[in-house]
Amino acid sequence: MESWRSTPRVFWAVFSAPSFWLVAFFLIPLSLIWAYSFGEKTGIIDIAVTGTLDNYIRAFEPVYLQIFTKSLWIATLSTLICLAVGLPVALTIVYAPPKAKPWLLLLVILPFWTNLLIRTYALIAVLRTRGYVNFGLEWLYDQASWLFQIVGLGGLGAAILGERFEPVEILYNNGAVLIGLVYVHLPFMVLPLYAALERLDRSYLEASLDLGAGQFQTFWRVIVPLAMPGIVSGLIITFIPTLGSFLTPDLLGGPDSTMIANIIERQFKSANDWPFGSALSFMLMYLTFGALALRAFLGRGRSSGLEA
Amino acid sequence: MKSRSARSLTRRQALKTGIAGLGAVAAGISFGRSAHAAEDPELNFYNWDTYIGETTLDDFKGVSGIEVNMSLFADNDELFAKLKEGNPGFDLIVPTNDFVERMAQAEMIVPLDHSKIPNFEKNISSLFKDPAFDPGRKFSMPYMWGTMGIGYRKSRVKEPITSWKTMFDSDEYSGRISWLSESRTMLGIAGMYMGHGMNAVDPVLVNSAADMLIAQKPHVRVIAEDNGQDLLLSGEVDLAIEWNGDILQVMEEDDDIGYVIPQEGSLVWEDTLCIPKDAPHPLNAHAFINYILEPEAGAKIAEFIFYASPNTAARALLGDDYNKNPAIFPPDEIIAKCEPSIYLGEDLQRAYEEAWTRMQAA
Repeated sequence: MESWRSTPRVFWAVFSAPSFWLVAFFLIPLSLIWAYSFGEKTGIIDIAVTGTLDNYIRAFEPVYLQIFTKSLWIATLSTLICLAVGLPVALTIVYAPPKAKPWLLLLVILPFWTNLLIRTYALIAVLRTRGYVNFGLEWLYDQASWLFQIVGLGGLGAAILGERFEPVEILYNNGAVLIGLVYVHLPFMVLPLYAALERLDRSYLEASLDLGAGQFQTFWRVIVPLAMPGIVSGLIITFIPTLGSFLTPDLLGGPDSTMIANIIERQFKSANDWPFGSALSFMLMYLTFGALALRAFLGRGRSSGLEA
Repeated sequence: MKSRSARSLTRRQALKTGIAGLGAVAAGISFGRSAHAAEDPELNFYNWDTYIGETTLDDFKGVSGIEVNMSLFADNDELFAKLKEGNPGFDLIVPTNDFVERMAQAEMIVPLDHSKIPNFEKNISSLFKDPAFDPGRKFSMPYMWGTMGIGYRKSRVKEPITSWKTMFDSDEYSGRISWLSESRTMLGIAGMYMGHGMNAVDPVLVNSAADMLIAQKPHVRVIAEDNGQDLLLSGEVDLAIEWNGDILQVMEEDDDIGYVIPQEGSLVWEDTLCIPKDAPHPLNAHAFINYILEPEAGAKIAEFIFYASPNTAARALLGDDYNKNPAIFPPDEIIAKCEPSIYLGEDLQRAYEEAWTRMQAA
């Protein structure tokens, strides 16, 4: 473990590049933003770092708290949907034949080969009024009314289905934002779940089933507790980018779908208020730290639980 | 499908713009040094997307030998943000009138040498010689102008649209309306409907406009990122607040789409040619400005991008389908009711921005 002490040159040769990278492109810009968050505008383009807390105080105004709360709510909801969808997917992959596994995993990762922007635009084409979902529904409607006609109940069909097919409005509301966020972040959930489930010793499952537990009971009392580290990791790494997402609410959302990252963007562009934008960014970062702290806390609780 | 519109920027194009911008930054760094020597035959032009004639840059190279590198920005905010921390190497930019005021106050643009732009006196309409936003045309030359209005699907409205009431104060077309995601512009035209004009300086009036928007918000389908014309064309909405050139673009593809400037008046804007501070090739920039203001060059640009030209000599070369098009050149009595957006200072800018955020959160 301590071998780097005996070969410091090798150590520095290996670590100087990443350290430089981290300092130059992460820590320094972040410190600048942090400094700006205690600054104020003194002119159209001038910012003076005065140590003021005004920006943070302003971030606690009801209108911003409202948007923070809404962002937290949307992020939580889409993370939970990701878990509900991701767990069966991960289980399926784990129990798939060994030959199929790499292919199924590839399918999970495949969307990352395409840019997020293009995937989001593709989603617009699927969800919009004259999009593929509505085309599909219209086809179903036509088939159903044709069936009613065949059996001579055309009037009843029209009464149940309506005179004419009315496209469903899926795009430009909070539902569309949820669909978009779940679609984009699902792989972040599936992969850690898969990693955790793959390591799971199957003899536990056999033991559970042998000892009289049903499938359902085995799932809740054996699989879920054993997969808990993966579930927590999945929740965290899905929740964090979801909370800060900006493109999805921007492109798929309606008038009610503004999230905090959209407000931050406005501060850096049209509002031209970098100090306040910086303060909002750091508020978002503190929320993220909060999520990570929660994870550490949960982790500790679990290990002490096992010792008991 | 030929894009003719300066402002019909999709996110995809915005992404390309970003990449092109990076290239320009790199170019600026490498050429920024030779400012006072005889200029290299080069010019770094920062423009809106599809906002220049098809062959203008090549034609200019033919007559002057100067190679124009064009990069693209998506909106004035992006232009401003890019130049805010110092000029990354651009020689010529295309800000809109209120940003000319703002950038002049911040000393981000430099005065022009009128003796190097003789075509301004010769060819430009007298209406554009001494605007309020830049008295005496000290910093800017007129490029194109236009209006904001309502694009609508004719077969889906009961009677012709005449008032902003349809968009701001009525549930008649509930769920079929799109707004534009521009705080200052939207609160300004809401102010025009309420009768206190485009440039209210009283935060109480700004907030009353925001209150009206909040009340109307449930009837709005989407607050669009400048793609209202696409939503209109695809049938997602039936009425969209948009720039005239954007609606003109989709009117060419679909006869069922119309454009109207409501009777209360609207925003009229002018895009200008300006030289940013620390431009590496200011002489070339002056030469290019003068070239754009030539009749032939101006006509070629105008007939390609379909925005209104302030160049009388250039318009004389174009036919009625351009000069008599009411969506490009609205009737005088309507223009008389339109107002430009005036830069009101950073404090009021913040008041507008906060009112808009309040509307978004409501």
